[in-house]
Amino acid sequence: MIEWLKKMLGTQPSSNTAKERLRLVLMTDHLALAPEIIENMKRDLVDVISRYVEVDRQKVEIDFEREDRALAMMASIPIIAVNRPGGGTPADEAEPTPAAEAPPAAQATASPSVAATPTAGDPAKRKRRKKPSANPATAH
Amino acid sequence: MSGRRIVITSGKGGVGKTTTTANLGAALAKRGARVILVDADIGLRNLDLVLGLEKRIVFDVVEVAEGRCQLRQALIKDKRFESLSILPAAQTRDKDAITEQQFAAIVEQAAEQADFVLIDCPAGIEAGFRNAIAGAQEAIVVTTPEVSAIRDADRVVGKLNEKKIPIRLIVNRLRPAMVRSGDMLSVDDVCEILSVELLGIVPDDEEIIDTTNRGEPIVLDESAKLRTIYDKIARRMEGEVVAFTNFDAQGLFGRLFGALKAG
Ligand SMILES: Nc1ncnc2c1ncn2[C@@H]1O[C@H](COP(=O)(O)OP(=O)(O)O)[C@@H](O)[C@H]1O
Ligand SMILES: [Mg+2]
Repeated sequence: MIEWLKKMLGTQPSSNTAKERLRLVLMTDHLALAPEIIENMKRDLVDVISRYVEVDRQKVEIDFEREDRALAMMASIPIIAVNRPGGGTPADEAEPTPAAEAPPAAQATASPSVAATPTAGDPAKRKRRKKPSANPATAH
Repeated sequence: MSGRRIVITSGKGGVGKTTTTANLGAALAKRGARVILVDADIGLRNLDLVLGLEKRIVFDVVEVAEGRCQLRQALIKDKRFESLSILPAAQTRDKDAITEQQFAAIVEQAAEQADFVLIDCPAGIEAGFRNAIAGAQEAIVVTTPEVSAIRDADRVVGKLNEKKIPIRLIVNRLRPAMVRSGDMLSVDDVCEILSVELLGIVPDDEEIIDTTNRGEPIVLDESAKLRTIYDKIARRMEGEVVAFTNFDAQGLFGRLFGALKAG
């Protein structure tokens, strides 16, 4: 995203740059979080889920979507394998490998079902925006 | 029946709130509506100056709040129109010289004798802003097509949504040639980013500075080519469907209008 933005800066008309910069800044204004915090959140989220199920890290996709004035975080986290009893090896590779080394002390036996699309943003912000009415000339 | 109470706000200063309030008020009054303009910018009074009424001020909004005079004594009638008056802000007082409740009560009282009460909001989102929106039922957010103005407008939109005040947008100081060359955000872009319904587009034009210098509303200047700009916005405020001026050769605004109508 950042690389892509940098590319934009050199080649696009400044109005496009302005639009993209505004999108990002308003998104973070709405989330009240800085961009690097979002990156960290993404990493931590995958780490936590990896404790319970084996995740394909290469294919993890996290997006912020604006629905009208609301902002939703959509995480698509492909699961390769569900936690084996007695397992708990962090899923660092795409190929599931038998737990050769002694696993970390935590014998995680939590439920294998993990919410794949958590939403972010404070609830007050999510509902604060109203859909504009359909007719631009209607006045009340 | 009580008139509509509409706040004109922006977040950022200098984007055209006072210019818009004065010219829209004049346009509505010229169409026959009874209009009262309230200057909520306590300490930085300007609406009177933009309308050329600065010499006639006797009382101000704070004195009305404090009960030193009646509302009707403080209202200054603009003699160029049948039915336009302004309630001046206090110039030598602070924003906290008046409370939200007092402000709302004055605006409601004004609405009893007008079809439109337009409130010229100060910049910022603090006490002055809260006063200005206290008595409002609708909001017009003014922005320019620039990143800082839009970001501030977004903050204001959030605040107004919290209060459930419906919003429409005026994009001010548009420079169509810059939009065409890709050097300025288009009206479509601004509406999309803010997710707010469009009410009007005002180009950046020397005529506006010139008429402001003379304290003359642009609707009264028969030679001004922008004479009809505020009239169109006034008609939309009254509920008429008025096509947006096509500042763009490619029919950008026509498409926008179509999209808004369809969506
Ligand atoms: N459409 C426009 N074209 C040219 N100048 C404008 C336009 N709108 C406002 N201005 C100028 O911008 C300045 C700030 O406008 P003002 O209405 O006082 O802003 P605000 O009340 O938001 O602080 C004034 O000098 C005004 O004449
Ligand atoms: Mg002003």
